[in-house]
Amino acid sequence: MKMSKIVRTGANILYPFVLIFGLYIVLHGHLTPGGGFQGGAVIATGVVLVIVANSYEAVTGMLQKVVFKAQESLGLLLFIGAAAIAITLGLPFFYNFLANSGSIFGLSVPFGPNHGDLNTAGLIPIMNIAVGIEVWGGLTVIILSMLSGLDRKEA
Amino acid sequence: MIETIVHLLVLFGLVGTALMVFFFRDLLAATLAAGFFSFLVALEFYILQAPDVAISQAAIGAGLTTAIFIIAIRATTRYEGEESR
Repeated sequence: MKMSKIVRTGANILYPFVLIFGLYIVLHGHLTPGGGFQGGAVIATGVVLVIVANSYEAVTGMLQKVVFKAQESLGLLLFIGAAAIAITLGLPFFYNFLANSGSIFGLSVPFGPNHGDLNTAGLIPIMNIAVGIEVWGGLTVIILSMLSGLDRKEA
Repeated sequence: MIETIVHLLVLFGLVGTALMVFFFRDLLAATLAAGFFSFLVALEFYILQAPDVAISQAAIGAGLTTAIFIIAIRATTRYEGEESR
């Protein structure tokens, strides 16, 4: 079953916008609804859109399963590494040492009702980014494994 | 008042799409109806003021599971009761 040209063109036009929306959800995880898992799932949906719309040969030429497995492991390493840095500084595991420090993501939250500053919350946005990378890789590996069950000539 | 009407529309849409999934012979159409069911569930979560869950449901339920079903239909047959190739 081959998808029509309309489906392929629509998926290719829609893909960057879905990607940008997913990255927005990941990066604003500490301010708005959503976070690492939701944003990663949205990004994976964008990748899956391209996978379903295109033919089997085009997809397996473009996207390697090894790359996404490595990406999943990278996200997990980033998560546990960010948690373990606090131990090397003599602080408890998962301690939020970046909050209110003045460096990256280190501004203090202003008092009272405000519109929300992206550059706050310390380690939490970094954890969100790590989870986003991990979910993006993991869900794409699921779809690519599902796709590898197809016969080459039928797809 | 308007919220009650929208809520009732969503709930009747849920029942309608669930019946569509049950009665369609074309499995691709049934899969798309299941995707629309998932989208309506996401809308219901949003009406019940859980936008976090709504985003998850829209991405996983309406996006990924529909894609998995479409890939499975690609590997098998499109119509219910058809002989396997």
